[in-house]
Amino acid sequence: MKTFRIGGVHPHDNKLSAGNAIETLPLPKQAIVPLSQHIGAPAQPIVEKGDHVKVGQLIAQAASFMSANIHAPISGTITKIDTATDAWGMPMPAIYIEAEGDGDEWLETIDRTPDINRICKLEPEQIIEKIKDAGIVGLGGACFPTHVKLMPPPGCQAEVLIVNAVECEPYLTCDHRLMLEHAEEIFIGISLLKRALKIERAIIGIENNKRDAIELFKKMADRHFGIEVCPLKLRYPQGGEKQLIDATIGRQVPSGALPISVGAVVDNVATVFAVYEAVQKNKPLIERVMTVTGKSVKRPGNYLVRFGTPLQDVIEAAGGIPDDTGKIVAGGPMMGRAMQNTNMPAHKRTSGLLMIPAAESVRREPQNCMRCGQCVEACPMGLEPYLLIRLAEQKRWDEMEHNKIMDCIECGCCLFSCPSYQPLLDYVRLGKATVGGIIRARNAKK
Amino acid sequence: MNTIIISLAVLGGIGCLAAIILYVVAQTFKVNEDPRIDRIEAVLPGANCGGCGKPGCRGFAEACVKAGNLEGLRCPVGGDATMSQVGAILGIEVAAGDALVAVVRCNGSCANRPKTSQYNGTRSCIIMHNLYAGETGCRYGCLGCGDCVAACQFGAIHMNPETGLPEVDDDKCTACGACAKACPKNIIELRKKGPKNRRIFVSCVNKDKGGVARKACKAACIGCGKCVKECAFDAIVVENNVAYIDYTKCRLCRKCEAACPTGAIHAPNFPPRKPIDEQPAVTAQTETSQA
Repeated sequence: MKTFRIGGVHPHDNKLSAGNAIETLPLPKQAIVPLSQHIGAPAQPIVEKGDHVKVGQLIAQAASFMSANIHAPISGTITKIDTATDAWGMPMPAIYIEAEGDGDEWLETIDRTPDINRICKLEPEQIIEKIKDAGIVGLGGACFPTHVKLMPPPGCQAEVLIVNAVECEPYLTCDHRLMLEHAEEIFIGISLLKRALKIERAIIGIENNKRDAIELFKKMADRHFGIEVCPLKLRYPQGGEKQLIDATIGRQVPSGALPISVGAVVDNVATVFAVYEAVQKNKPLIERVMTVTGKSVKRPGNYLVRFGTPLQDVIEAAGGIPDDTGKIVAGGPMMGRAMQNTNMPAHKRTSGLLMIPAAESVRREPQNCMRCGQCVEACPMGLEPYLLIRLAEQKRWDEMEHNKIMDCIECGCCLFSCPSYQPLLDYVRLGKATVGGIIRARNAKK
Repeated sequence: MNTIIISLAVLGGIGCLAAIILYVVAQTFKVNEDPRIDRIEAVLPGANCGGCGKPGCRGFAEACVKAGNLEGLRCPVGGDATMSQVGAILGIEVAAGDALVAVVRCNGSCANRPKTSQYNGTRSCIIMHNLYAGETGCRYGCLGCGDCVAACQFGAIHMNPETGLPEVDDDKCTACGACAKACPKNIIELRKKGPKNRRIFVSCVNKDKGGVARKACKAACIGCGKCVKECAFDAIVVENNVAYIDYTKCRLCRKCEAACPTGAIHAPNFPPRKPIDEQPAVTAQTETSQA
C-alpha cells in the first residue's frame, strides 16, 4: 500500500465518532460571522446595520483575488459590524446577525430539494466563477480560496486532481462521515472540478482506517470515468498537501513551490462536496460538518453546523464539557490549538472540537536534548527540528531561513516523537512566524 | 655534526625569511586605527549590552570617533559620567542627558486581573504571545513568564511572585533597553528616572474600550480622560482608550494620580501625600533643573 517517503509518525487514531451519522444542529438565535475565515485579505462587508438578509445572501465581498466571499448563514437583521473575540482572545472583525422568526428564510435561487442534480452544462470558466461567488475555501484546515487553486498561473498546467480524503488527524471523522453519506454528490463534485481544470484524471487518496469508505468509493469509481481510488497506509501527516502528492503520484513538490508546479491540484473531500452544492444547487458555503469528540464526551459525533453558531452550543449538543476536561482543542490533537474560551462562532476553519481529559493534556517536563535524531527521522519535510529549536532560542533568524524553516508545515511530528519532550514545535512556530515576517518585510522593500 | 649545522642553518634561514615577509606584509597592509577608539573603549562600561544600539562597546567607540560628535550617541549604562569622559577624549562638550530607567506599564497583578485560562506550554512570553492572548482576559498585559528577567544582564529585574509582575530595581537598571525589546507586549518603556527616582506614569497599555478593559482588569486605564483635565502642563494624552504621560512635560505634581478612578497611574518613591499642599511641584521642578 502506498504512502509518502520521508518522515511521519503513527499516533493512535481514536476515531470515536466514526460510526455516528451527521446530525444537523438547530440554528442559533444570533450568528457572529467573522470577516476573515480564509487565508488572504479579510472580506469587505457590503451590508449595513439594520439591513435584512436571507440565508445565503452575500454579506461580505472578497477584497482581492486571494480572498473569499462570505454569505449570511441565517436570515435576520444585521445588528452590528464590530469586533468579536476569537477562541484565543484575539480580536476579529465580524458581522452580527440577529435571527428573525426561525431564521431559516432562504434565498429563492438556492435549490433546497434533496434530489441529486447530475447534469452540468457549464463551461469551465462558469464553474470557477460559481465556486468563487459561493466563497468556497479549502475545508481541510488551511482555508485557501479554492478558485485560486483552479486558476493555475501561466506556464503551469494541471495534470491530475487529487482529492484529499485522508483525514490523517486522529479523532476527526467529519470527512469520513461525509464520504459515507454523500458519496454520489462528491463524485459529481470531482467531475465538476475535473471539467473546471480541463483534466481527465482524478485520484482520491483515502487512508486504510476507513475501509467502508474505500469500498464504497471503489464501487462508485467503477461507474465514473477517470476517477481512481488510492488506499493509503496509515501514517500522519498524510493529509498534508505535499505528502499526499508524494503518496499518490510519487512526485515531490520542490521547496517553496506550489503543488501546481508538479501538475497537481489538491482539494479536500469536504471542499469537493461544497463545490457540488455551489455549482449544482447554487448554495454558497454557509455550513460545514464538525466533529465534536473526546474520550469522556457523552455524545461524540459529527454535526452539521451553520457558521456563526457559538462553539458553546456545538459542545452542548455533544453533551457539554465533561468534568475531567483539561483542554478544549480547536481541530485535531496534532495540529489543533487549545482554546482560551468557547465563545468563538463556528466558521469555515473549525473542523472539530476535541476535549482532552486533564490527565492527558499536561505537558511533561522537558529534558535535555540527547541528539538521538528522532525528530529528524519524523519530520515529513526533511528538516532538522533539533537544530531549528536551538537557532530559534538564540534568535538566529537568517540561519533558520537557510535551514528551510519556511518549509515547515507545523504538523507536530517532531514534538510527538521527541523522547525528551523538548518544546520543538513551539520554537519552530516562533521561528517560522518571525522569519516569515522578515521575508515579507524584505519583499515589500523591493 | 654536519647534519645538525645544516638543519640549524636551514631552519634559521626559513625563520629569518618568514620574519622579513611578515614584517613587510604588516607594514604594507597596516590599518591605521584612530587611537581614540581604544581610549574611548577603555572608559566605557564594557558590558556589551547593546543599549546604545551599537554592536557592543567597541562598536559604540568606533561610531563616536567616526561621527566626530555625540549627537544621538549615548551610553545609557555609563550615563553622564561616562559620556563626559568620552566627550573629553573627543574634545567636545557633552550636554547632560536624562537618566532613564525601565518601567513596567502593567498593573495586572493576580488580584487585579483574574486568570481565565491556564497555560502549560514553554515558560516564555514570546512563545505564549505567538500562541494566544494570554492567561487573563487582557490581551495587552504582562504574560508573566519573565522574558524581561532573562534579557536583563544586570540582574535589575525580578518577578514578584505575589503580583506575578516583573519589578525593576532602580539602582541596578542601566536603561539599556534589552527588557523593552524582549517584551512581546511592549509593556516596558524607558522613562526619565526623575529626581530621587520619583516619576509618574500610566501603568497600563490596554487599548480596549473602558468597559471591556475594566472587565478584564480592575486596574486598567479606561481612557476616561480625567487625568487629562487635571493636568495643568498638557503632559497627558488619551489615544486609543489609553492615557500616556509625556515625561518631558510632566512636572510631577501628582494631580493625575489622585484623579485616576482605577489607580492606573503610578507615582513611586514619593513621600506620603500631605493634605492639600502644592509644594512638591515646586521642589520637583528645582530638582529637575539640578539633575
